[in-house]
Amino acid sequence: MSTENEWPLWEVFVRTKAGLDHKHCGSLHAADPKMALQMARDVYTRRQEGSSVWVVRSDQIVASDPSDKDMLFDPAEDKVYRHPTFYKLPDSVDHM
Amino acid sequence: MISSIKIPAAPELSYLLRLADTCLISGQRLGEWCGHGPILEEDIALSNMALDLIGQSRALLTLAGQRSGESFDEDQLAFLRDEIDYRNPTLAELPRGDFAFTILRNLVLSTWLKLMWERLRDSSDAELAAIAGKALKEARYHQQHAADWAVRLGDGTDESHRRCEAALAQVWLYIPELFEDDAVDAAATAAGLGPAWSQLQEPWLAEIGEVLGEAKLAVPPAPTFRSSGKRGLHSEHMGYLLAEMQYLQRAYPGGAW
Repeated sequence: MSTENEWPLWEVFVRTKAGLDHKHCGSLHAADPKMALQMARDVYTRRQEGSSVWVVRSDQIVASDPSDKDMLFDPAEDKVYRHPTFYKLPDSVDHM
Repeated sequence: MISSIKIPAAPELSYLLRLADTCLISGQRLGEWCGHGPILEEDIALSNMALDLIGQSRALLTLAGQRSGESFDEDQLAFLRDEIDYRNPTLAELPRGDFAFTILRNLVLSTWLKLMWERLRDSSDAELAAIAGKALKEARYHQQHAADWAVRLGDGTDESHRRCEAALAQVWLYIPELFEDDAVDAAATAAGLGPAWSQLQEPWLAEIGEVLGEAKLAVPPAPTFRSSGKRGLHSEHMGYLLAEMQYLQRAYPGGAW
């Protein structure tokens, strides 16, 4: 399918509640930022999912190359000491 | 088949029904876009707005039922009246037309509804005021959505401009009905129920004029034609709309999900 006459693609990020982070939830086509935001609202927040929406032009996202996955992420596999799970927490600290 | 209910002739009830039916019939028309939108996202947007409007009409019809002196519920009022007992202005019932027509009608009606809800928040009827508070948020979005599209299409290509112009000319014929008062308005104003419809005209013209200016669309001349849907005298389109809308409740009385 030709993409020449299509509106650009946008990635949609929705925050469900104040204090939480924006999560990627999908994408859509729109002519400009205003339309993208409006459509994101209509498509992705119909069931009370949202309190805030971000839209980002898909072609503005810089992504890692899937073929570099081994090189980039496997070296972390045997470095469990990077997880802060070896500390004894004082009793007064809850929910860590 | 199930027989129709009859609506008592009380001006305050008529006032509520005019508003409820404006929402109900606009919602029904807008819902016709479901599966026919120009793009998927817009299809969902129009259906969302249709559901907002039907939600508003449900609240208003329930209230009208309570205030009617009869024990009508929202479904009876929505589905079991004869055409003459529906009180929406004619504009709401016109066929959905092309996308330009739908957008311009939405612009006109959502602006009108927004101004109406703003004023109804001060209604002497606490329940009506509460309904207005909720509906206002929805109407503000409807207005913004329609205004965005009106500007895009009015100030768009030759074809989109031409279609908007034609749609606006048609819509404009039905505008006077939105601002003409009668005994219903007088009773509602006297009781503090809500504003006379004429009170919305000035702010409505200001807001619409701004959008049309940005959309490069000229305000059409004032028409001499007068529509009369809010007095129960509808266009030829209304019967077909009601036949489709009422079919299930007439064929399966009391049918529910």
